Parts: sequence; C-alpha cells; structure tokens
Amino acid sequence: MATRTDTSAPEGIKAPAKAIEGRSLGRIAWTRLKRDKAAMAGGITVILLILMAVFAPLIVGWLGHPPNEFHQDNSLLAAELGGLPRGDFLFFESSGISGDFLFGLEPQNGRDLFSEIVYGARVSLLIAFLATLVSVVIGSALGVIAGFFGGLADTVISFLMNVFLAFPLLLFAIALVGVLPDTAFGLSGNSLRIALLIFIIGFFNWPYIARIVRGQTLSLREREFVDAARSLGARGPYIIVKEMLPNLVAPILVYATLLIPTNILFEAALSFLGVGVQRQVVGEPGVTWGGLLSDAARNSVVHFMFFPGMAIFITVLAFNLFGDGLRDALDPKSKR
Amino acid sequence: MAGPAGLVCPAGPAAQAEIVVTFFIRRTIGAALMLLVVSIATFLIFFGLPRLAGATPETFAARYLGRTADEHTQQLFAEKLGFYDPLWLQYWNWIKAIFVGTDYDYGTGIEHCAAPCFGYSFRTNHAVWDDLLDRLPVTVSLTVGASILWLVTGVAVGVLSALRKGSFFDRAAMTGALAGVSLPPYFTGLMFLYFFSYQFDLTAPGGTYVDFTDNPGEWAYSLILPWITLAMLNAAAYARFTRAGMLDTMGEDFIRTARAKGLHERVVVTKHGLRAALTPIITIFGLDVGLLLGGAILTESTFGLKGLGYLAIDAINKQDFPQIMGVTMFAAFFVVVANLIVDMLYAVVDPRVRLS
Repeated sequence: MATRTDTSAPEGIKAPAKAIEGRSLGRIAWTRLKRDKAAMAGGITVILLILMAVFAPLIVGWLGHPPNEFHQDNSLLAAELGGLPRGDFLFFESSGISGDFLFGLEPQNGRDLFSEIVYGARVSLLIAFLATLVSVVIGSALGVIAGFFGGLADTVISFLMNVFLAFPLLLFAIALVGVLPDTAFGLSGNSLRIALLIFIIGFFNWPYIARIVRGQTLSLREREFVDAARSLGARGPYIIVKEMLPNLVAPILVYATLLIPTNILFEAALSFLGVGVQRQVVGEPGVTWGGLLSDAARNSVVHFMFFPGMAIFITVLAFNLFGDGLRDALDPKSKR
Repeated sequence: MAGPAGLVCPAGPAAQAEIVVTFFIRRTIGAALMLLVVSIATFLIFFGLPRLAGATPETFAARYLGRTADEHTQQLFAEKLGFYDPLWLQYWNWIKAIFVGTDYDYGTGIEHCAAPCFGYSFRTNHAVWDDLLDRLPVTVSLTVGASILWLVTGVAVGVLSALRKGSFFDRAAMTGALAGVSLPPYFTGLMFLYFFSYQFDLTAPGGTYVDFTDNPGEWAYSLILPWITLAMLNAAAYARFTRAGMLDTMGEDFIRTARAKGLHERVVVTKHGLRAALTPIITIFGLDVGLLLGGAILTESTFGLKGLGYLAIDAINKQDFPQIMGVTMFAAFFVVVANLIVDMLYAVVDPRVRLS
C-alpha cells in the first residue's frame, strides 16, 4: 500500500508547495471557485437550466401553454402570415409576445414558443450529459491503458486518437444518423434517435478526454507512490484503480465539464441540419433548440430565431464559464 | 527559436537531412494509413451498417433504380453493381475505381468512369467527382477569406490581451471571446442575414454566390457575411489559444535572457515571444483549414452557399450514397493532407519534433 504523505486530494494537478493550515486541495478549490463570480454565475445558470428541464411540464403548466397546442386564431399571428414588414426589426409588434405568450408564437402553426424552449432543454441536456458520460468512460479507459501500459497499446490508441481528431466528425455523424433505420435494438422513433445521438456524439468525442488522461497517466506513472505500490507487490489493475484513478478524477471532471457545451453545440447542429431528434405531435414533444432554429431559418421570422438561439447561447456559455472556473480552481498553476 | 532548439540536436547537417527525410516518409505513410482507415469506416457506414440493420442487395439496387422498379430488375442490377459480392470485394472495387476508374455495364452499352471515380449520383446521374469539383470553388472561397480574417484578428486580440493581462481590454476581449465560442454559427449567421441583409439591405441575401472570375467585387460582397460569421467563431477560439500561449512563453527563461541582452521590448515580443507562441497556433490553423475545405457544413447551409458542405447535407437528406461517400472521402483527404503539411512545416521550423 502506498503511503501518501500529502493530502488525499488529487495530485494529477500538482499540489501547492506549501499546504496552508492543512486544508485539502478540494477545499482550496472550492474557496477559489466561490471567489470566481463568473464561474458561480455559470454554475447557478446550469443548475437552473437542469431544474427547468426536469420540471418542464410544471413550468409550462404555470407560465405557458402545452407545447403541442396550436393558437392559430391569434390576431397578432395573422399579421405575420402575410409576411413580416421591413422596419419591424425589434420584432415585438408581430411576434405575439404578451403576458400570455412570454416568447411569442411560432409563425404559421402558432405554438407557444416559451413552452417549446423549456421542453427543448430536456433533449439538449439529456443528450449532452449522457454523451459526455460515454466519452468519459471510453476516453478514460483508453487513456489510462495507453498511458500506463505504453508500447503497442499506446501506439494503437494514439493512432486511433489522431484518426478521430482529424476526422470530418460532423460529416460522419450526419452520415451515420442519416443511414440508420427507424427501428433497431428494440427501440423506435425518438427514443432510438436519442440513444443513437448519445452514442454517436459520445463516441466521436472520446479522444479529447483520452488525450488528457493519457498525458496525466504518463506523468503519474513515474511518481514515487506508484513505485512504492509496485515494490509492495501491487499489480497493474490495482495500481490503476486505487492509485491512479483518484488522481485522475480532477482533470477528468474539468474536461468533462468543458465537453458538455461542445456536445450541446453538436446536438444543436445536428438538429439544425434536420438529422437530430424529430418533432412529435403526441406525447413527449421532442422539440430541440436546433430544430426550432432550422424552422425559423425557413420562415425568416426574427423572434423565432432569437429565442432558440439565445437558449443555446446561454446554456453553452454557462457551461463554458463554469468549466473554465473549475479548471482554474483545480489548477494551482493557473495564472488568472 | 531555431537557435536554442538547434543546439539540442548534436548531429551534423548530413545526418540532420537524413532525419528529416525519414521523418517525412514516416509521416506520409501515417497519412496514407489514416486515409485507409477513413475509407474503411466510410464504406462500412454505408454498406456494412445497413446490412446489419436488415438491408439486402436488392434494397441497395432499389436505391439506384427508384422505388418503381420490380424485383427482377432489382436483382439484375444488384448483380451488375456487385451487391451480391462479399463486403471486402465490394470495398476493393470501390477503392480500385477511385484509383484506376471502372466500367459500368448497363446492358445497353458500357460506360467508362475515369480515374478518380466515385460513381454516379443516384439523383442527377452526374459523376460524383465532377460534382465535387463543381462545388469546390465556393467552399475554397469561403474558407480562404474567413481563415485570413480569423487568424489575423484572433492572434492580434490574443497577443494584446496577453501583453496587457488583467487590463480592461484583456477582460473585455476574453469575455467577448468566451461568448464567441459559445455562439453557434447558424444562429449568428441567421441574425446577421436578418439584420444586415433583410432589414438594412447592406449585404447580399442568403443563397447568393458570384464566382470570383466573374466579378471579384460581387464575389466579396456575396461572401462578406459568411466570412464574418465563420471567422467570429474561430477568432474567439484563436484569441483564447494565443493569449494562453503568449502568457506561457513570456514567462520562459529565453524571454528573460532576451530582455537581459538589452533587446527592445518590441523585438522580444515579436521575434521571441510571438514566434514560439505561434507554432501551436499554426498547427491548429492548418487542421481547421483542412477541415473546412471538406465543407463548412453549418455556415454553408445557413447562407445557402452551394459548396461541399451543402452538397453533403443535400446528399444525406436524399440518401444519395455515392455522393455522400465522395464528399466524405474528399473531406478526409483535405484533413489528412493538411495534417501532413502542418507536421512537415513543424519539423522544418522546430528541430525537436523530428527527434521524438
């Protein structure tokens, strides 16, 4: 058993030279994070977004109308159907925005845009989180194997990483989604699509995690506590799980947080291009922000572009702010 | 940085040249291997996966023939197009056609498809290769203009931010850059189109493209919004990279040495700091340009520019397999070649690379 004289906190990121009052690195990181206003704002926004996705039906019941309800009789909407007048670039006149419809109405079919945005968070976050999980599992496993065992394993995995990193990924993902059937693996419709998107997005992004984990493992492998464990008779798997993994948690956490916004953008791009989750008229609506934007592009109605676009922007920005802050907080070398 | 790094390499000029040549050969083989992997993956996606999902040779043939063809015609065509062959043979024939061309026997006569043969489109019956060449100028125009724009602005902002770390400019620029990387290009593109083209009539509407050879002025006018949209996203990312790189290098010993020698601060920053910080940026730049040359999918579909990315989406929506396979291979080729060029430039600039 390795005796680690310093704190039990992650060492993958070098521990500070002087431990102040014996605070653990986790505590120090938390203190730093709390002081970083931008990161905290990002974190709080993320939590609110998650709550919004989870309680979508409640929020819509309280502030909006069911996402599949059509409001075609709305007089404000009628003006819009005749084409948007030039000069109305502030869009409030013809969008149908009111206390009743907070973000206005979808042109032509008159669905409540607010409800659609709220429901859109569900698909977006679900896919982004689970796809990140897939990347983290594949990336950490392959990264540790490549870094720890070296040799042929490292050569093969590093080659694979280069192939993936130099791939026209979006093109491949689109091709892959486009070629798959409507029913497979006992799933059908949107549940199949969501599962496929999670797998595809996660599968294409593992090298980002693997590269970091491999690098960290390479340097950890040379550390004294690993030598100590080995000299006490510990085997590879034990060293990986008990000695390395705790030290890899921090970098994995940081890069997973930064991968989530990338995956949100990925999913939104696929939906924008029409190969994402499809709109349903019954049951779970399957609205996506990217899909709404793509409809908006066809209609050229500005409030309809603005709200879904802002939803993507705010979500991605919040995750980026939080991820950046987390990285700075966990990395004492950071100069900010 | 060639100076101090060169000292690391103990070998003479002849031995160094040999190292460079071996490095180049190794990288070229690596690139060829990469294309091989991409081609296998592409082929499996379109011909292996559908089989797993229950497609038969007849359904493949039906894609060429349209839905009206009867079963007998389907079987005949599946036979002619080799869909009954084992998968590896079909792959081999596909690759062979790309390198040496192939002959299609339609019963009514033999049609020759010349060397880079990616087959014929399901819909238009055009040779896929001709379609690719047809779309290339749009994508190249978009990529070249945008890449110059984002490289210059991104690096400039990044350097200024790093030199004035913590200043108001730095904080504003970095907040802007973070917002920039969080903005999807199709959102900014749509908003730009709406305001600048539709409301204020300052720029060309979506879907316009004028060839450079027809009218350079109109060409730039039709591309200005796509350029800005595409450049914004990347400029933001490059500003962040450059700033981080500059902060790292400006803390290095050789910068202190340069200052200690009494060099002018401007020389220290440009000749020593920026040069070292730029090397990784150029690597990413090469890859990004390569990736975009294969089709700036999102920007092209936002602005209705009929380049390679637009072709790809169109082909996928219409399940036009020969076309989409052609675009994918074409795109992969650009990425791999860009990768190779960057590696080689890197080896010339930084001798330490060759030794690893």
